[in-house]
Amino acid sequence: MNSFLHFLDFGGHSTDVGLSNLSNNFLYASAVVLGLAMLSFAADLAGYPGRVAREEARRAELAGEQQAVAAEAAGSTTVLQRTVETAPAIPHEKRQWAGIGMALTWLGWLLLAACVVFRSASVGRPPLGNMYEFAIVGAFFVLLAFLLWNLKRDVRSLGIFVVGPTLLTEMLAALIFYTAASELLPSLKNYWLTIHVTVAIMSVALFTIAFSTTILYFVQKWREDIHDTKYKFMDAVPGSEVMDRTTYGLLIIAFPLWTFTLIAGAIWAQKAWGHYWSWDPKEVWTLVIWVVYAAYLHARATAGWSGKKAAYLALAGFACVLFNFCVVNVFIVGMHSYSGM
Amino acid sequence: MTQTETAKNARSGRDSKQPLLAPKIGFFGMLRWLWRQLTSMRTALFLLLLLAVAAVPGSIFPQRSIDAGRVATYLEQHKTVGPLLDKLSMFDVFGSPWFAAIYLLLLVSLVGCVLPRCAIHLKALRSPLPRVPKRIERLPATAERDVPAASGDVVAAARETLRRKGYRVRVDDPVDGTQAIVAEGGRLRETGNLIFHLCLLVLVLAVAADHLMGWRGDVIVPEGSDPFVSAVGSYNTLDLGPWVRTSDIKPWSITVDHLDVTFEKDVAKSSPQYGQPRDFVASVTTSPTPNGKQTKRTLEVNDAVKLDGTSVYLLGNGYAPMITVKSPAGKVLYHQETPFLPQDNGYRSVGAIKVPAASPKQLGFYGFFLPTAEFSNTQGPISTYAGLSNPELVIGAYQGTLFPSSLPQSVYSLDTQKMTQVMDGNKPWNAVVRPGQTVKLPDGTTISMAKTVPRWAGLSARYDPGKGTALTAALLGLAGLIMSMTLRRRRIFVKIRTGGADDTDTASTLISAGALAKGEDPRLQVALDALLDGVERRLGTTPTSQAGPAR
Ligand code: HEM
Repeated sequence: MNSFLHFLDFGGHSTDVGLSNLSNNFLYASAVVLGLAMLSFAADLAGYPGRVAREEARRAELAGEQQAVAAEAAGSTTVLQRTVETAPAIPHEKRQWAGIGMALTWLGWLLLAACVVFRSASVGRPPLGNMYEFAIVGAFFVLLAFLLWNLKRDVRSLGIFVVGPTLLTEMLAALIFYTAASELLPSLKNYWLTIHVTVAIMSVALFTIAFSTTILYFVQKWREDIHDTKYKFMDAVPGSEVMDRTTYGLLIIAFPLWTFTLIAGAIWAQKAWGHYWSWDPKEVWTLVIWVVYAAYLHARATAGWSGKKAAYLALAGFACVLFNFCVVNVFIVGMHSYSGM
Repeated sequence: MTQTETAKNARSGRDSKQPLLAPKIGFFGMLRWLWRQLTSMRTALFLLLLLAVAAVPGSIFPQRSIDAGRVATYLEQHKTVGPLLDKLSMFDVFGSPWFAAIYLLLLVSLVGCVLPRCAIHLKALRSPLPRVPKRIERLPATAERDVPAASGDVVAAARETLRRKGYRVRVDDPVDGTQAIVAEGGRLRETGNLIFHLCLLVLVLAVAADHLMGWRGDVIVPEGSDPFVSAVGSYNTLDLGPWVRTSDIKPWSITVDHLDVTFEKDVAKSSPQYGQPRDFVASVTTSPTPNGKQTKRTLEVNDAVKLDGTSVYLLGNGYAPMITVKSPAGKVLYHQETPFLPQDNGYRSVGAIKVPAASPKQLGFYGFFLPTAEFSNTQGPISTYAGLSNPELVIGAYQGTLFPSSLPQSVYSLDTQKMTQVMDGNKPWNAVVRPGQTVKLPDGTTISMAKTVPRWAGLSARYDPGKGTALTAALLGLAGLIMSMTLRRRRIFVKIRTGGADDTDTASTLISAGALAKGEDPRLQVALDALLDGVERRLGTTPTSQAGPAR
């Protein structure tokens, strides 16, 4: 009987074309602003070697001055001791470009928020019904996670590596996934859908950032192994060990969220299709992603498997996330075929 | 590496360092060795990855359990690789022996790994706290504070602060004027982890119970037709778990009085959304037993009706025109609401009308029901809208043997192996029938469609005894997972000595503290500093946090 579910394709009507056009314009504006944010972050990274050189010069200068002062006030050895011990504290240079980049990221996020809100208003439902909407909401959560993270710690040096994929997602959304605003078919009208999909997108946002940090792990590891001096600007980004820990930190938040996605999806399937698990391709891939990330967590806890091997598993996990989104949604027949494309 | 971590690694490392062919370990030694391999973390990791890989073909090839029709089509189109793939169970991946082998091994590994861990953990929960290490300053995180308070007050404050944070605390007797405190926190992390793994086990058992003892029946019920009574023979398709007895299927009944379906009409006709179903609601009359109390209710998508432990879902809809076939002599051979199966958004529906009563040869009609018929030069007859704007039945006919084998066949298509097409002169006979019309075959047989076209409701009856357990285990497991991901196993050691840093000032007290974590804990230092801040706040002094760049 599943066969008559296939034709129940996703659908709806453009309730308000004006609002949906407005939403599209906000998306374009957000993409432009994020493009500028990327340039600012790039300028910040490029300026790093110069910053270090200048700081070093100033430090040497200050040390020289203090030594002179200390020599003048000779007699108090403790003073000299102290001066040598505590390297002269020089204030860090202000990273103007990084600051501009963050400001632009906030702006780009607000514009994207407006895009999501107006899209939602134009269809009169949460914007979680097709791939285009998944993509814009996903981009929204990636930026939100990054902005909140930056409030707690200074992660501006990761800016370009987070804003970059977000911008790419926005462009793919606008050019390839775009679907005109429309309503939902009956089996999708359920609050479990909203819960299930929102949490799924939130965890995918974290998986995406964790993917960026995994790539950075490999880059930094490679640079450390060959004692790279050519790409000095990358010293602005923390070393491989920090990237490894950061990835882990992101994934232990994302994993329970994905677990919840799996459970909420099963509850929804029970209500909509009469059974919580039917081995539908989309369900299979949700499980595969879950299992691969579980393997990653196990790898981290297994002697001899942390580091590179675990990082490969994190990459494999994200490859599955991408496959699930780009291939399973579009090319594989199942009960979840509502990419809207 | 921390102390506890070293111990753990030594434990898991031992298995792998055992020589592959250790001499004279004997049969039981060999078994023990195998068991240890199976329950090692590395094996769990490998089996998890294997499970992920093994599930993939199940999402790529059509699966019999989901859509047997697509499997048959696939086999027809791939004559060479098809049978080979079939031999490898590629069309029944999730019921295949190799898939079962993987998850059963994983389960055994899980039991073998988790049960001993439960025992160890229970013991650990009751074991005494360790002694304070001699050199606290060697611990991964350390902090020192000089506070202007009496040491007795400091000890009380430290104990209270640790208690409030959920630590297990022991205050040792003073030695040489130094008071030591040992505290341990985050023991619930391991508890949570064990709950998670145990729930995983329960979840799998519950799903297995559903598979073995559950059943599912699908049936198409036209509006206004006789009550449908649940029984083994009355479903269109019935999937029984291996342990289901036919007496487990209770004879409740349901009548579809009316089905309300709304289709999208407010968009441009070119939009793919045009004609999409928006809502369907069935008014039904149910009864828990054949002659029991009748109840009127509504049945909606996402909202099942429960009957005697079985849940009935509304999953689909379509049209079931009332068709009448009469012999040339006017005898009624067929008079039935005949469901047609929608194929696209316009509800271009396929179906078959099987008339075994026709003689001398049996008669079968095949074709389309089109709710809003139009003729397309490229696609032939199509339907442009799912509502009944211009309903037409477009049919052709075959004569011969309707059921050439005892194999079950689809109600929506004819098996024409032993049939010949009905001809009109030298081209195949076909006809268009509109509501209330009658058309004649060349031999004088007539076929007609009634004026009103009823709809059918696709109902699915489900009995899943394990689903409540599965849900409980899943939610509890999630709670355990969150516990195990957020809590940190930490040990805090504090030494408190009167005299302050210079050992002269009796009004001040020196606190030296160190912390040790199990596993990775980047925020250990931060946590320790926060604890000491808490102690100072409790003493009423301003925290002199020396938290450096540590993160
Ligand atoms: C059925 C598949 C399994 C799944 C989905 C699974 C999942 C997980 C997850 C998500 C964690 C992370 C929790 C954390 O980091 O605190 C974990 C931890 C752990 N798992 Fe499993 N597990 C499975 C099977 C096993 C098996 C068979 C073993 C025994 C060999 C095992 C042993 C462990 C251990 C020892 C940890 C703790 C790691 C640590 O944090 O030190 N698991 N498991």
